[in-house]
Amino acid sequence: MGSCSATIGVFLKILFSIFRKAIYSLVLLLAVIVLNFLLLHIAPGDPVETLVAEMGGATPELIAQLRSDYGLDKSFPEQLLNYCLRMAQGDLGMSFTYDQPVIDIILGRLSATLILVLTALVLAVTTGTILGIMAAQRPKSVFSGLVSVISLAGYAAPVFWTGIMLLILFSYLIPLFPSFGMVEVGSSGGALDHFLDVLHHLVLPALTLASIYLAVYSRIARASMMDVLGSDYIRTARSKGLSERTVVYKHALKNAVLPVVTMAGLQFSQLIAGAVVVETVFSWPGMGQLAFESILRRDYTLLLGILFFSTLIVIVVNFLTDLSYRLLDPRIK
Amino acid sequence: MKTNFMKWFMALWVVSMILLSGGFAAVSAETPQRGGDLVTGYAQFPGHFNCAIQSGAATAVPCTNIFASLVETDTNFEPVPYLAESWEASSDGLTYTFHLVKNATFHDGKPVTSEDVAFSFELVKANHSFGPSMLGPVDHVETPDKYTAVFKLSKPHPALFLVLSPALMPILPKHVYGDGQPIRKHPANTNPVGSGPFKLAEFKPGDYFILERNPNFFRPGRPYLDRIIGRRIKDPNANYIALKKGDFHLAMFNGGLRLKQIEALKKEKHLVVTSKGYEAIAPIYFLEFNLRKEKFKDVRVRQAIAYAIDKQFITQKLHGGLSKAATGPLHSSFPWYTDQVNTYPTDLDKANQLLDAAGYPKKADGMRFSTTLAWYPGEPDSMDTITAYLKPQLKKIGIDVQLLPPADFVSWYKHVAAWQHDMTMSNLYSWGDPMIGVHRLYRCDNQKHVVWTNTSGYCNEKLDGIMAAASVETDFAKRKALYVQFQEILTHDLPLIWTHEAPYKTIYHKDLRGVISSVWGACSPADGIYWKDGKTPE
Repeated sequence: MGSCSATIGVFLKILFSIFRKAIYSLVLLLAVIVLNFLLLHIAPGDPVETLVAEMGGATPELIAQLRSDYGLDKSFPEQLLNYCLRMAQGDLGMSFTYDQPVIDIILGRLSATLILVLTALVLAVTTGTILGIMAAQRPKSVFSGLVSVISLAGYAAPVFWTGIMLLILFSYLIPLFPSFGMVEVGSSGGALDHFLDVLHHLVLPALTLASIYLAVYSRIARASMMDVLGSDYIRTARSKGLSERTVVYKHALKNAVLPVVTMAGLQFSQLIAGAVVVETVFSWPGMGQLAFESILRRDYTLLLGILFFSTLIVIVVNFLTDLSYRLLDPRIK
Repeated sequence: MKTNFMKWFMALWVVSMILLSGGFAAVSAETPQRGGDLVTGYAQFPGHFNCAIQSGAATAVPCTNIFASLVETDTNFEPVPYLAESWEASSDGLTYTFHLVKNATFHDGKPVTSEDVAFSFELVKANHSFGPSMLGPVDHVETPDKYTAVFKLSKPHPALFLVLSPALMPILPKHVYGDGQPIRKHPANTNPVGSGPFKLAEFKPGDYFILERNPNFFRPGRPYLDRIIGRRIKDPNANYIALKKGDFHLAMFNGGLRLKQIEALKKEKHLVVTSKGYEAIAPIYFLEFNLRKEKFKDVRVRQAIAYAIDKQFITQKLHGGLSKAATGPLHSSFPWYTDQVNTYPTDLDKANQLLDAAGYPKKADGMRFSTTLAWYPGEPDSMDTITAYLKPQLKKIGIDVQLLPPADFVSWYKHVAAWQHDMTMSNLYSWGDPMIGVHRLYRCDNQKHVVWTNTSGYCNEKLDGIMAAASVETDFAKRKALYVQFQEILTHDLPLIWTHEAPYKTIYHKDLRGVISSVWGACSPADGIYWKDGKTPE
């Protein structure tokens, strides 16, 4: 009887925390939308004016007609209200740049960005952690110093420079990888061919994006591991006669990795930001490039749609980070 | 008998040798080979393919392959039969009768008829940014029978045949685009149906498009290429590498590359770099004065600045010889161009004298007055470099230039459209005929709060009269005489200082043939382009 009500209690507690998180997330989403709507409208100009740039000129009559077609001649509060109402119904509107529903454009590009960002994240976290752990085991060695220097170089170098350097080195001088795009366009082949093709195109952009954060994770892993290796239960494990390998990878790793996971969750949004530049350099057809363009073109429906999705992704990732805590550390409820 | 036989034999042998060698020559002369893909990188990517309602080179390049038009333009600005196999003009120049080919069909199989011509005319006139200037003089199109379209003009129109080319008036099927849906949101803009040499096979917005051969194209044997693939390439360095590697076979409008990179590509053995292909588009960069500002009202001030700007330095040093100095409002490739105008050879003393005479003496700090200079982003060689040069150069004659680096294009737009600017740099496409692309900058009645109109506020009634007369003058010699006056007046009045003609180059793989066949360059159908060996090299 007692344990039944206790289980229900725990269950309700978790449900309540999820509910609270959902409310926060909703408020966050709304704030992101309204704030950016405001910012984009404060900036001079509207999408029709960028259209004029493409067209190489236009008559005032044509411009007026375009403005009325796109609903841009309405007042600002009216436009904001219309947008929010439509969004509540699940309609993210039409993109001025592409004349297509925003949701179609984003969904077409979402997977490309996710592939890039997740691969870069996994690369940076795993490589960083492993290097950090190895450096922690030999704290004053040349190896440790080398890891520091190389990862710092990746962190300090502007990401577009790293991208272009990798392009020149491994796409032109030593033509190992393609220099743009996600797939070889116009080629036929089965699913496996397609998968390998994407992988082939993914290497350089993922490496570029990962290079920025390698430093962060390796340093955190190193510091955290050194800290953990000095604690009591590790001394106990060592005195029990366990091999160094077991001590490090079975007992210390789970605890040392917690700060890395925290950082990864926090930095995820930065990864998406970094993706903007990487996608531009490598013409990777993702959302980042789209976001940058939509600001320049004042394509507010597209930009808000992208921000909406990015916020959603960040929320999901934070949720997953929390979840992984519970898995890694049984002390956390 | 023996000598006669020998003579005959010799004669026969010689004749057959001649015939054979002639035959060899005919066979080894290149005949177009079918096959292969052409891959291009685009810095500016089209949002859709309907160039009837959207002007600009980005849309025009694929659009001119998907849609056909009444005529094409050759490399001498002369019309060439396309959907119209022949035509007649009435003696008063107000009626043009076009006879359509009878075997042209749209990609959905329906025939191309005069109804489609009339429909397309209405569509372009009403929706194209240059509709009024291109088709204003055309009142309506009559369709007496399926294959005859009669253009009825309200006044003579010397630019008519240029307007009827694929870049400006494509022929759209009435049964697709005339179904009542608003044309700007019509789904067939991204899923087009035309009668051109290629049709759209695949389109990923903002990423790439694939055009494939139209097997029922009405010109027999054409097109030669299997496919044209257009890829969006945002970073010029990536485009550069792709061209060097041979992943891309063609780049137009420099492909977004810097001039130094173009210079480097010239040395590549597998690439050809040519200035051809921009004769109709004829882009000119210029420095514009806002004549509403007190300091620029006196023509001597503007002329002084013209005497201070060293165009040779700009073209030879800043652009490494890759651009050509502009002398006036018309591009040197235009048939109406003249260089017999005041070109203001660099003379700083004269500039100083003119400014003194205009009532702007040097003050204690050596400066006469200050001014702002704006420009828009995306033109590092043709604007950023030049504005950076102008600041110290104009300081030499006592003008303090405050540079206004642009945040983005729209910010510049707002600044100039509001007529707030002192000076700005800009670029203008002439679009084939002065009445389409050039007049808009100088007409008294075209002072609008829109960029690329008469934002300088220039108004000269005599010039207006010349422009009006030239717009209806169909005799070439008379029209040229009018435009000579036009250039003389403008180079005296200097509402603008035309710095240089755009250093646009077309870069293509050396095994491609027939790349430039028109003054429209890449904005014309690619049905005559082929690979030397009939396949994509690699």
